[in-house]
Amino acid sequence: MRKMGLVAVMVGLLAGCASGVKLDDIPVEDKAGTSVAAAGGVSARSADPVGASKTGVTAVDLGKPGQDAAGPAGPSVVYFDYDSFIVKAEFQSVVEVHARHLRADAKRKAMLEGHTDERGGREYNLALGQMRAESVARALGLLGVAGGQMEAVSFGKEKPAVAGQGEDAMAKNRRVEVKYR
Amino acid sequence: MLKQFVTDARRQCVPWGLFNEGVIPPAISRMKIDHPENLPKMHHRRAVLASLVACSVLPAWAQFRVEVSGVGLTQLPIALAAFRGELASPVKLSAVVLADLERSGRFKSVDMTGLSMDETTRPDLAALRQRSADSLGVGSVTRLQDGRFDVRFRLWDIVRGDDLGGQSFVVPAADLRLVAHRIADYIHEKLTGEKGVFSTRIAYVTKSARQHSLWVADADGENAQIALASPEPIISPAWSPSGSQLAYVSFESRKPVVYVHDVATGRRRLLANFRGSNSAPAWAPDGRSLALTLSRDGGSQLYAMDASGGEPRRLTQTQGIDTEPVFAPDGRSIYFVSDRGGAPQIYRMAASGGTAERVTFAGTYNISPAISPDGRWLAYVSRINGAFKLQVMDLASGTVTGITDTLADESPSFAPNSRLIVYATQQDGREALMTATLDGKIKARLAGQNGDLREPSWGPFQN
Repeated sequence: MRKMGLVAVMVGLLAGCASGVKLDDIPVEDKAGTSVAAAGGVSARSADPVGASKTGVTAVDLGKPGQDAAGPAGPSVVYFDYDSFIVKAEFQSVVEVHARHLRADAKRKAMLEGHTDERGGREYNLALGQMRAESVARALGLLGVAGGQMEAVSFGKEKPAVAGQGEDAMAKNRRVEVKYR
Repeated sequence: MLKQFVTDARRQCVPWGLFNEGVIPPAISRMKIDHPENLPKMHHRRAVLASLVACSVLPAWAQFRVEVSGVGLTQLPIALAAFRGELASPVKLSAVVLADLERSGRFKSVDMTGLSMDETTRPDLAALRQRSADSLGVGSVTRLQDGRFDVRFRLWDIVRGDDLGGQSFVVPAADLRLVAHRIADYIHEKLTGEKGVFSTRIAYVTKSARQHSLWVADADGENAQIALASPEPIISPAWSPSGSQLAYVSFESRKPVVYVHDVATGRRRLLANFRGSNSAPAWAPDGRSLALTLSRDGGSQLYAMDASGGEPRRLTQTQGIDTEPVFAPDGRSIYFVSDRGGAPQIYRMAASGGTAERVTFAGTYNISPAISPDGRWLAYVSRINGAFKLQVMDLASGTVTGITDTLADESPSFAPNSRLIVYATQQDGREALMTATLDGKIKARLAGQNGDLREPSWGPFQN
């Protein structure tokens, strides 16, 4: 109990630091390449006047997560077998629903977010999730969806749908989620 | 096999109370002390009271605990006197120095109770020999009028009665821990002949219920500061060769994008945000370019980019996965992971791309290569009987050694002196960071109080 109190004091102090000092020169980001939608407000604090300390670190707080737009009614997740990128026949209907939705309005854009279970390295799983997302993109392409209306990306094992290490949990985490922005 | 719990690294406070204090710019100034007799007499001043209060109230943010295993390990007995004036300083310097030395597994502490001395004192050799000390560290810390601190230190060989030289620093309060680490580095190098890494920094990522945070901490896990707090995951931090910037993968825009982040100022630069996934940044040793993984042309392939951005140059041309590039220290070749042979293995190719030769052969899953700064060792993670195990390969002979007892090792990164590896693993259901010597005999655990710890990257030597 007392330990938690101490932690609370520390967190409070940290929060105090976070709101205490603002950087003079907003914007803090130099953007190169294509632009990225900022996820909520970005704030930064200065730990020390710049240059004063060799070990000072300025914190950047990205705030709240972004929100998705609504997609078509019905399921929007395609599940995969272990170590597989094949879109199984039972998920063809999911792909068809989203293909229809995208074809109906050329302005709609889908993010195909690939995921893996927790086994293995983070970067290698990112690459595996990317292969799953690209499989779903190909399946949508075969149904006439324009390439510009979808983007295959991967979260690797970073955002499991279900916690736990059993095969049931892991099967629910090997997936591609279709999201609209 | 002897397994011994050596030390609970001393709890040192982060001087929170000083974070917003207006300290004067000059970084560390440093000089050698050659004649202790000629030192000017120092004034003894009270240090900032607020920070002392903070020090006594706040627990350490995270700390390494040390386990030493192995037979016949010699530990050098060193006596370290409390620095004169350190009770009035925000950092108890002698405790930080001693904790560093003990954590290395190479030193053991000799009790100094009842002896008080500083860098101007000629030590009582007989008394110290009686306590079985081979060497002695002494020093002082004094607060200057401008708020900075003057720290002086001297090392003695007690066996021979030799003065092994000393150091002097004038620094802002926020750098007192850095000074203590530099003193530990000095002792380590003088007494073992090897460069110490106590004054280097480690970056890592924590995940709590709602927040992912990128941290920068001293190599002992203390003085941890948040560089980036995000609602979305952060992976694969990589220190620039200068030690001032981190490249990493952030999912803040709900896809993996590579940033370069100056940790002192918090200035961030979007390096790669191409269509698809952008990941696995690795700095070339000259700091001018990075290799990374992009899926913009389909699949996951390796590219090189200037550190300032611009158009990526494709390095690999396969149908499958090529990822996790790391440069050899000479900058001429890149080690990476590829499934071109049907399963992920580590390969090596010229830094400009072209044909690759396979480096790992045992097993069907070898990932996350790291090359020691001296170019002699390859650390990587291998799947063995369903477990993920840190392996170390002697690149000259090809001999591979497993150095851990854990089952979910990840993301090895070498210390700049090539003597230690930091890696992530799971213990008691929690993610933690460990450091290990290359023979696995000395390990230390960074115990987090703030969620799971992962994705360590050990920074370079700093001047």
